[in-house]
Amino acid sequence: MASSAVASPRIALRHRLAERGVDRTLLLLLPAVVFVVALFIYPFVYGLQLSFQPQPGSEAVNRYGSGPFADYRNFFADPYLRDTIWTTLKIGLPAALFNVLASVPIAYRMRGRFRGKRTITTILVVPITLGTVLTAEGLLAFMGPTGWFNRILMDVGIVDHPVRLTHNYWGVVFSLVITGFPFAFLLTLSYLTGIDPTLERAASTLGANWFQRFRHITLPLLAPGLAITFCLSFVLAFSVFPSAIMVGEPARQTRVISIAAFHAAFEQYDYSMASAIAMIMGAVELIVIGLVLGWRARLYRGATGGKG
Amino acid sequence: MTTLTEAPPAAEEKAPRRVALRPGAWIVWGAVVFFLLILLGVVGAVVIDSFGTKWFGGWLPKGWTTHWYGTTWKEFDLGSVLTVTLEVAIAVVVVSVIVGVPAAYALARRDFPGKRVLMVAFLLPILIPPITYGVPLATVLYKFHLAGRLSGVILANLVPAVPFVILVMTPFIEQIDPKIEAAARMCGAKTWVIFTRILGPLLIPGMLAAAILVLVRTVGMFELTFLTAGADSQTLVVALYYSVSAAGIRAQQEIDAMAVIYTLSMLVLLVAALRFVNPTQLVTQIKERD
Repeated sequence: MASSAVASPRIALRHRLAERGVDRTLLLLLPAVVFVVALFIYPFVYGLQLSFQPQPGSEAVNRYGSGPFADYRNFFADPYLRDTIWTTLKIGLPAALFNVLASVPIAYRMRGRFRGKRTITTILVVPITLGTVLTAEGLLAFMGPTGWFNRILMDVGIVDHPVRLTHNYWGVVFSLVITGFPFAFLLTLSYLTGIDPTLERAASTLGANWFQRFRHITLPLLAPGLAITFCLSFVLAFSVFPSAIMVGEPARQTRVISIAAFHAAFEQYDYSMASAIAMIMGAVELIVIGLVLGWRARLYRGATGGKG
Repeated sequence: MTTLTEAPPAAEEKAPRRVALRPGAWIVWGAVVFFLLILLGVVGAVVIDSFGTKWFGGWLPKGWTTHWYGTTWKEFDLGSVLTVTLEVAIAVVVVSVIVGVPAAYALARRDFPGKRVLMVAFLLPILIPPITYGVPLATVLYKFHLAGRLSGVILANLVPAVPFVILVMTPFIEQIDPKIEAAARMCGAKTWVIFTRILGPLLIPGMLAAAILVLVRTVGMFELTFLTAGADSQTLVVALYYSVSAAGIRAQQEIDAMAVIYTLSMLVLLVAALRFVNPTQLVTQIKERD
């Protein structure tokens, strides 16, 4: 008797938990959860608290004392550090915007079925896998002063002297477009193909021309997806690091915030300053993404696809 | 494309509209061709330079040779670099599949309190750029004396790999009918048998796709490896970066030969990957992140 009295509430609890979806299957999640906590959340929290403990003897402590915000004050007071935010945005925002805007008409044109579509999408995946290092190396050779690109421009007679396209702002933007555009295009294409084509056909029956159909049917349905595409492209462009060093001018024109973080961590060995810069970097990025997603929340997201 | 299926009333409009569309179509296709040409130029310039003897101006190098490949192999010790790359990639693939697939199964089959929070925690490592969390992560790994060694590089590369496997596998498992498992259980199969005899064979295509994608991402991952690698734990892409940033010491052709080796290894992986994954599907699955 006594044993069943003990056992029944235990079984009941297990049943109640199982009803809410909690049972032994969830143990399968355990390794992944331990993993994410140990290698992602813990380092992140560790970095956050490190950023409030300025390293003794560092530049920030000499200037602003050892208060918890010395590293942050140092960052925002020193124009050489503070301006990296602006530099990064100046490179990342136009590149991401261009990638998204350019991919819309091309994806709109290619959304149907046609011969060679698979080949084109396959070719477009190549630059994603090449990565920034190889793209930068190729850009140096191709767009450098004696490269093919300048040669063609000079032979056609558009310019007299080679145009400087590497080791400056434009080199970095080109590398971001080459690696980022295919990504934005494939994402936009998959959103566009998710939109029900009968809607457009209905509009066309009602006498809408292609521009009206695009403006009033496709674009509103596509906009939420475009917002996501922009965010992901921006994340890629914002973390630009190898190409900013290789095809950019890392000392001045393309000194992006990730270079500043790397410089603080592995050249000055000031890990708390580096963590502070990494946190500022994350915050700036989240602000931009938050603004875009906030705008996206006001858009229609129905069941007709392109929902994102 | 759509004109074929359009209703008859639209047919009268067809003639003027086609004229209106033409310049737009030309511009779009022109832009695509221009982009592909630039891409060809970027890759082609590296490939041709690596086979040339001397190339100072002019359309093509003066002569052709393959000896840069031999010198670059020796001077950069590419044999051991490739071994390290392979070791890191395989370790990351194996661990991320072993950790990720069971988690994806639980996420696909159960709806439990706190699932959304967990999903966000799995999404963040993919959404936040590697440099942002790479700096604190490298700091922690240095604190535990793991960075600068192979184990540190593997651990750092696992951070985006495990969530990636979970993201690819969760929709894949969702589309497998749970009734199959229920039927197996009715016939008396134990959990272990269900996993090895029922789910395993069904999951293999998805696991293969996830594994190859992780392989491609790991071989191409620059930032995390760069932040955690020591002198003898560099992967190919990091070695390539160091050789480019130390340019001037080595002949440009040697660096390009190394870049070609890197490109070729990526292409082999890519071709293998595309046999199993359709690129647009891949992106549709990335869409599930939202």
